[in-house]
Amino acid sequence: MDKIPILKMGEFLLVTIQVDLYDRLALALENDLINMVSKTEARGVLIDISAVSIVDSFMGRILGNIASMSKIMDAETVVVGMQPAVAITLVELGLTLTGVHTALDVEKGMELLRNKIGYLPKEEEDLYDDII
Amino acid sequence: MMTLSKETLTIQREPDVIYFRNKAKEYAVKIGMSMVGQTKLITAASELVRNMLRYANGGEAVLEIVIRNNIKGVRLTFADKGPGIKDVKQAMQDGFSTGRSLGLGLPGAKRLSNEFDIKSEVGKGTTVTIIRWKNGL
Amino acid sequence: MKSETAAFLKKNKKRLLEAWVQNQMSDSTLRDDLISNEELSKQSDDLLDALLVALGSGKLNVDSDKFQPVSDILSELSVTRARQGFSPRETSMFVMSLKKAFYAMLEDQYKNDPATLYQETVELNNLLDSMSIVTMETFIQGREEVILRQTDEISEISTPVIRVWEGILALPIIGTLDSARTQVVMENLLQQIVETGSRIAILDISGVPTVDSLVAQHLIKTVSATRLMGAECIISGIRAEIAQTIVHLGIDLSGINTKASLASALKLAYSMLGIEVRRAERKTIF
Repeated sequence: MDKIPILKMGEFLLVTIQVDLYDRLALALENDLINMVSKTEARGVLIDISAVSIVDSFMGRILGNIASMSKIMDAETVVVGMQPAVAITLVELGLTLTGVHTALDVEKGMELLRNKIGYLPKEEEDLYDDII
Repeated sequence: MMTLSKETLTIQREPDVIYFRNKAKEYAVKIGMSMVGQTKLITAASELVRNMLRYANGGEAVLEIVIRNNIKGVRLTFADKGPGIKDVKQAMQDGFSTGRSLGLGLPGAKRLSNEFDIKSEVGKGTTVTIIRWKNGL
Repeated sequence: MKSETAAFLKKNKKRLLEAWVQNQMSDSTLRDDLISNEELSKQSDDLLDALLVALGSGKLNVDSDKFQPVSDILSELSVTRARQGFSPRETSMFVMSLKKAFYAMLEDQYKNDPATLYQETVELNNLLDSMSIVTMETFIQGREEVILRQTDEISEISTPVIRVWEGILALPIIGTLDSARTQVVMENLLQQIVETGSRIAILDISGVPTVDSLVAQHLIKTVSATRLMGAECIISGIRAEIAQTIVHLGIDLSGINTKASLASALKLAYSMLGIEVRRAERKTIF
């Protein structure tokens, strides 16, 4: 079965969906992603759907699930790059993806995640400086 | 209304959904439907095909290009021999589901189509027909 | 139609064509400003050729396959004329004037055989009548296409998307916001958001005469779609009477950023993007 790769970038996880998903693949992604959040203690999840031409109610539910599950594990989820036609269709369908943050592109999504996570504890900041 | 071309596909497994969506998109592109129109059509199709797989173990999907008053459209018909729907009116309401979904499938598909028709008989099966016109909203 | 009549007409095509073109030229409704004489002769020639071939087939029926080339030429001609701005009368004259030419020819040929003359005239008359109907039908269809295209143009022209600042778009909406309009506005806006990478869109509704629950619903949909894309939407230009109707109708806009004027919406947009606008220290000309 196909698998969607998950990349780890610092404290964030990045998923770029390049193919149209069928249900089982989407469920597998949800599962892999949540396991990955737990394993890496990621603070943010970035899902790039700019290449996705359709988001239906099932896919919408998966995105919502990922956001809620990550939230419990203290990670924020941002969906980036939604196509205009997909956004219009989702609204008409009646799905507004509450709980999921959105951004125009990966760069703005990263920025949003950093803002959402906000503060870094004092010691950690020092630690960061040392590493850099 | 006249049918210009027609094709029937059997839906049995999940990957059939992707194939069917691509076919529906091909039809929509052929008649010059806008990007938003195409997306609405295949999203509605996706909802209805899923219903067919989930509740009736699959069925038949018919793709057609139709023409009425000189305007072309894509008509999709989904026919299954599943358990049927007891209360169609209830099934058409937002948020109602006998499965564990969001309950947006049927009413959502209706909102995404220009024309929507559902016929269901308990024990016999369900047939849903949708049309999206080239210039439909 | 008798085969000898068809043959006779075919043989005398040149005379027929001359008489017909003459009829058209002498008619008061001739639009020599829209169509040149050569073009008119060419069109008449084409149609007459096709028609004479079809006449030889015996049964005179516009809907039959034999007459397909005739109806094709007629349809194309009347659609073109509709686009060029011919009136219905001017367009139908084209076929009508052919009648006269035909009758004159037949009268000449069957002077001594009134029964045949009558029969052939009636048949030809019926045929030309159906051809007139085809002409009119396609003429109207051509006009409708013009109207549809104009409607599209109007809705596109009337929804400009303006880039007011880096990252900020503004859409002044003027006129009634119906479902079709909303669709165009929404598509334009979202497309521009993607193209410019703008994070904030201001929908200014100062030019919208009334806001009822349907219009409000359209606005809410636009805001939701914008948010799904990852941008934020501010609605400005809410006049006092619009605020009153919104509350009286019980429409909930609490989840949406609303401002009375475009200026205050812009101010909000600045603060959302962390932009500060200050008066310069040095003297200015105002």
